[in-house]
Amino acid sequence: MMNEDKEDSLTDASAGVVAVKVDDLTVAYNYKPVLWDIDLEIPEGVLMAIVGPNGAGKSTLIKSILGILNPIAGSVSIYGKSYEKQRALVAYVPQKGSVDWDFPTTALDVVMMGTYGSLGWIKRPGQKEKKLALEALEKVGMLPFKNRQISQLSGGQQQRIFLARALVQDASIYFMDEPFQGVDATTEIAIINILKELRKANKTVIVVHHDLQTVPEYFDWVTFLNVKKIATGPVKDIFNDDNLTKTYGINYKVSIQE
Amino acid sequence: MSNAQIEIQLIASLVAIACAIPGTFLVLRKMAMISDAISHSILPGIVIGFFITQDLNSPLLILLAAITGIITVVLVEYIQKTGLVKEDTAIGLVFPILFSIGVILIAKNANDVHLDVDAVLLGELAFAPFDRLLIAGMDVGPKSLWVIGSILLITIGLLFAFFKELKISTFDVGLAASLGFSPAVIHYGLMTVSSVTTVGAFDAVGAILVVALMIAPAATAYLLTNNLKHMLAYAICFGVFSALSGYWLAHWLDASIAGSITTMLGLIFLMVYLFAPKKGIIAVLYREKQQRTEVSLLTFLLHLRNHNEEEERHVNHLNEHINWQKVRSKTVLELALKNNMIVITNNIVSLTEKGKDFTAQAIDYIITNEDSKIEHMKDDFFLFRG
Repeated sequence: MMNEDKEDSLTDASAGVVAVKVDDLTVAYNYKPVLWDIDLEIPEGVLMAIVGPNGAGKSTLIKSILGILNPIAGSVSIYGKSYEKQRALVAYVPQKGSVDWDFPTTALDVVMMGTYGSLGWIKRPGQKEKKLALEALEKVGMLPFKNRQISQLSGGQQQRIFLARALVQDASIYFMDEPFQGVDATTEIAIINILKELRKANKTVIVVHHDLQTVPEYFDWVTFLNVKKIATGPVKDIFNDDNLTKTYGINYKVSIQE
Repeated sequence: MSNAQIEIQLIASLVAIACAIPGTFLVLRKMAMISDAISHSILPGIVIGFFITQDLNSPLLILLAAITGIITVVLVEYIQKTGLVKEDTAIGLVFPILFSIGVILIAKNANDVHLDVDAVLLGELAFAPFDRLLIAGMDVGPKSLWVIGSILLITIGLLFAFFKELKISTFDVGLAASLGFSPAVIHYGLMTVSSVTTVGAFDAVGAILVVALMIAPAATAYLLTNNLKHMLAYAICFGVFSALSGYWLAHWLDASIAGSITTMLGLIFLMVYLFAPKKGIIAVLYREKQQRTEVSLLTFLLHLRNHNEEEERHVNHLNEHINWQKVRSKTVLELALKNNMIVITNNIVSLTEKGKDFTAQAIDYIITNEDSKIEHMKDDFFLFRG
């Protein structure tokens, strides 16, 4: 029974379009590899978690795909072409801690930044961009806070602003670096509902995730990472104690409750 | 006012504006110390340029000095990237070395040329009107006015063209990179503008005091606003105001103009630091005091709500039960009475309807997660506005 399921889903994945393809990717900091020879195919329309211990290279993988870090070997393609050519298809939600929340700007202004990519250099955002930003704020339930200075927002609200900024890009592929870090339960549910809506619209969502307990509940695809790729595939097939143990190095027991 | 006086004030004001613009972004990027490093390390560039051109306002000299500025930034980043030392250490290593090369170059050739360290470091605005720019024999004004005017025009042009790019790469480098706005290009662009401005301004206010004009107005503006455009505007206003008032202070004291301008910058920062409506020290202390009172009031009301027993609500017992000193208990009791939140009959304190409502709302506020629902309550409670 189990085997049949596996066969089915594998066929599904290979029949579908590949959204992100990573070939032989190796990334090093000062000649110390943090990602070693990663091969990865992410099918279109999945909601995928990247899991692994601290220092496994989860954020590094995302940053390398997005061209923020330069790999020492390997290549990345988005729908068959290089990232530079496909920027418009990709949205990115960095870790919340990566920016200075005391920066003099408002929630609306931060969301507007999501439109900068489609504007290109020099051209400035206008009414159309503002309207898009307001709609995105509405979607994440942050419209009442649009003029709030960003340091006056709670951690969960800041995360929602980041999410709205990605939504405004109207991308096909979303990369999110720990969107659930430091948010309360209400925000976590709000965010996961939006992610599920994105998947319904056949968008591909890739999330660096820490809470192993919620993986089966939130995601349908998972990649285990610890410097090397341990496994990747449908959650129901590969999210098991064996892979968890291989990834985290200790005898992991996360029983998947049905 | 004589023509020379007007010209000096004009030059000082233009320098202030030209410095405030890159300065705002340096402050937001937490790179204030880099401007200090640049201001020192451009000295060898200035000296070499001067040996070649014999003219402190030559474009070649400005170019050479700007290149030295960029070299400083590159060296600092290179040393930092090795991971052996931190950024501040790297800055501290690089600029004294470049600066000392400049000092030695001047000392070795001091007999031949009219250039001394004091002139470069401190500048002399008072002499600026004497060095005229002649075009086809026509006097079109002081040279330094034209130099700083051109630099300012370019800076303003770049600011208008790349405001969006500067903002996004300052706020979120990762996003800027992923959207295709190369943070390196913007970073080195800003560093070039800062270097060029420093060179253009150094013979007016001196290479060191340029740092004050870059950092102080921006730091002052930062305390007053939550809007980047306003911050730029405020920084420019503070810069110009200090330039003009500093000039008249110097006139009145018969002292160095650059020194007086910097003194004014310091004074204005101090004033804003103390009296800024939201981030100022006095406002913060006042808010803390208000919050303390509100917390005390809430604690007191909650205690009343939780206890129906009369002995728990006796005026004399309250002091002991909540463990407050007399003065504080008295303040809180009076505050609650004044707002009709409690009534005292026979020394027994009870909550009024209004008091009950207030307490219930406050508890709701504290325990609820649905922030948008209770947005309107922020105005009722000082406590939650912090």
